[in-house]
Amino acid sequence: MSKIEFMQGNTACAEGALAAGCRFFGGYPITPSTEIAEHMARRLPKTDGVFVQMEDEIASIAAVIGASWTGARAMTATSGPGFSLMMENIGYAVITETPCVIVNIQRGGPSTGQPTMGAQGDMLQCRFGSHGDYSTIALSPSSVQEMYDLTAKAFNLADRFRVPVFVMSDEVTGHMRERITIPDRVEIVSRRPLEKGTLPFRGGDDGVPGFPEFGMGYGVHVTGLTHDERGYPEATDPHIHAALVQRLVSKVESARHDIADYEMVNPDAETVFVTYGPPTRTVKQVMHDHPGEGVGHLHLRIVWPFPERLLRLFTNAKTFIVPEMNMGQIAREVERHTDLPVISVPKLGGELHTPGELQKLLEARP
Amino acid sequence: MSFEDWFREDRLPHIYCTGCGNGTVINCTLEAVEQMGWTVDDTVFISGIGCSSRAPGYIKTDSLHTTHGRALAFATGVKLANPRLHVVVFTGDGDLAAIGGNHFIHACRRNIDLTVVCMNNMIYGMTGGQGSPCTPVGAISTTTPYGAAEPVFDLSELAVTAGANYVARWTSYHVRELTKAVQAGLETPGFSFIEALTQCPTAYGRRNKLRQVSDMVQYLRTSVILVQKIQRMRERGEPVPEDKIPVGEFVRRNRPAMGVQK
Repeated sequence: MSKIEFMQGNTACAEGALAAGCRFFGGYPITPSTEIAEHMARRLPKTDGVFVQMEDEIASIAAVIGASWTGARAMTATSGPGFSLMMENIGYAVITETPCVIVNIQRGGPSTGQPTMGAQGDMLQCRFGSHGDYSTIALSPSSVQEMYDLTAKAFNLADRFRVPVFVMSDEVTGHMRERITIPDRVEIVSRRPLEKGTLPFRGGDDGVPGFPEFGMGYGVHVTGLTHDERGYPEATDPHIHAALVQRLVSKVESARHDIADYEMVNPDAETVFVTYGPPTRTVKQVMHDHPGEGVGHLHLRIVWPFPERLLRLFTNAKTFIVPEMNMGQIAREVERHTDLPVISVPKLGGELHTPGELQKLLEARP
Repeated sequence: MSFEDWFREDRLPHIYCTGCGNGTVINCTLEAVEQMGWTVDDTVFISGIGCSSRAPGYIKTDSLHTTHGRALAFATGVKLANPRLHVVVFTGDGDLAAIGGNHFIHACRRNIDLTVVCMNNMIYGMTGGQGSPCTPVGAISTTTPYGAAEPVFDLSELAVTAGANYVARWTSYHVRELTKAVQAGLETPGFSFIEALTQCPTAYGRRNKLRQVSDMVQYLRTSVILVQKIQRMRERGEPVPEDKIPVGEFVRRNRPAMGVQK
């Protein structure tokens, strides 16, 4: 029997992870994500799991990657400054194809910025923050329910594609308390073990290699250097490097429409809001208050890889409006994929867009 | 120790320069691991970045060649998530003492059950001979062209103070002693730190009048003093030479440890 609870977003995130079988958490205290670590510190030792508070965020993501190689579902949670510190090892997780989940409860930046205020300013950092070319997956919850559901889902995506997966939440959703339905069980898609006798870094049909868990007799060498399909360093052969990086990118990008998770409202509308995270709530309020104004809504639960095909499903669209708690990071991505006008509605400072602000935009339509 | 049992022959030739001391330290470590009865299936080698950190790539076990300075943080995750695995970390003076210093002291403090073998060649070898926190005062490197001015970090002292259960230092000349020390570290529950001073004729010796491999090994042999000898000199009230590097076992204790297999 599923049960209904009243829960904080950060707690729901931790509970979603536990339901998905997360058994390792490495973290470091940082506002506004700390409740996730605190909840894991209480819960993991009682579920046969491991909680460890590391000396910084660099060590946190490193421990998570190490734990993942023993087969454990592993995660960390942080915010802006800690997220920045994690960037190098996120690249390591990418090139070594280590499944792991990184929760970023975004706050105002740059630097120490606004520790207690919400933002969506790290949406491009999670896509491009580590050096080199790569592609990963980023989910964006807009409610406490989605904190639970999407965190659980993040583990499945991490295991399926062998990538670090980001839950790009924010202070607003992380600290919000609202009603949530806890399901009996969540769907679990485990990582596919490496077939013995096959090369550990040769992609399967989907570009994803099987996983050679430590301690199972694979004798696998895992390195952050460019490596061949055996996993051996081969850092000067241009073809091996190109093939590896192209596979790392394409295993995610070629599956982007399969990965996509979204909600589409009024696909015949001429004016279409595109949102992810908290502004989704404001748009829903506007559409609730002013029904029948010919407004459509594309709510993305997964932002990266960007499912650009969805924009074209709004066949009558004349304008896309993208409200974000940043200066237009995803509006830029929408612009890349359409010839139609894209109105970016940035909002800085930690407050949400008000329904009135978005309504004014609609009233200003020709 | 049988070469075929532990080394990946398909990885040869290795990258180490002629006369490098790292191979000696790797051999000593594997000899100790084999003495423990550990196998390629239940042992994991983990490293950061640098010459020393390439070692796991030549060994048949599961191995994690990680980012610069972070090997101990990765190793902490591996060991805590699966305490059945025996975890050995190869590192160097730059990797461990400079960029990885914070992880080093906290791994000692946690007293996590793994063994670290640090190949201290007193230089950044892989990047071509820059000064490290362990470059002796006055030594020439590409970033200390007028002689290193900064005091040297005593890594073993640091490990003792930060809480490791086993700490010893030897050199690549002291093959038997080093092997025994590594084995004592592997046997000790909790964090074990074995520092091996190694010769780097290419990046260090060449610029410091120790161009020949034998000159560098001789330098290591004659630069050290046994901790027992220091003890005896102190007891007799004799002055202890300050320019000598103490070698031997610094601590063996049983503080509560993390990640020990139950």
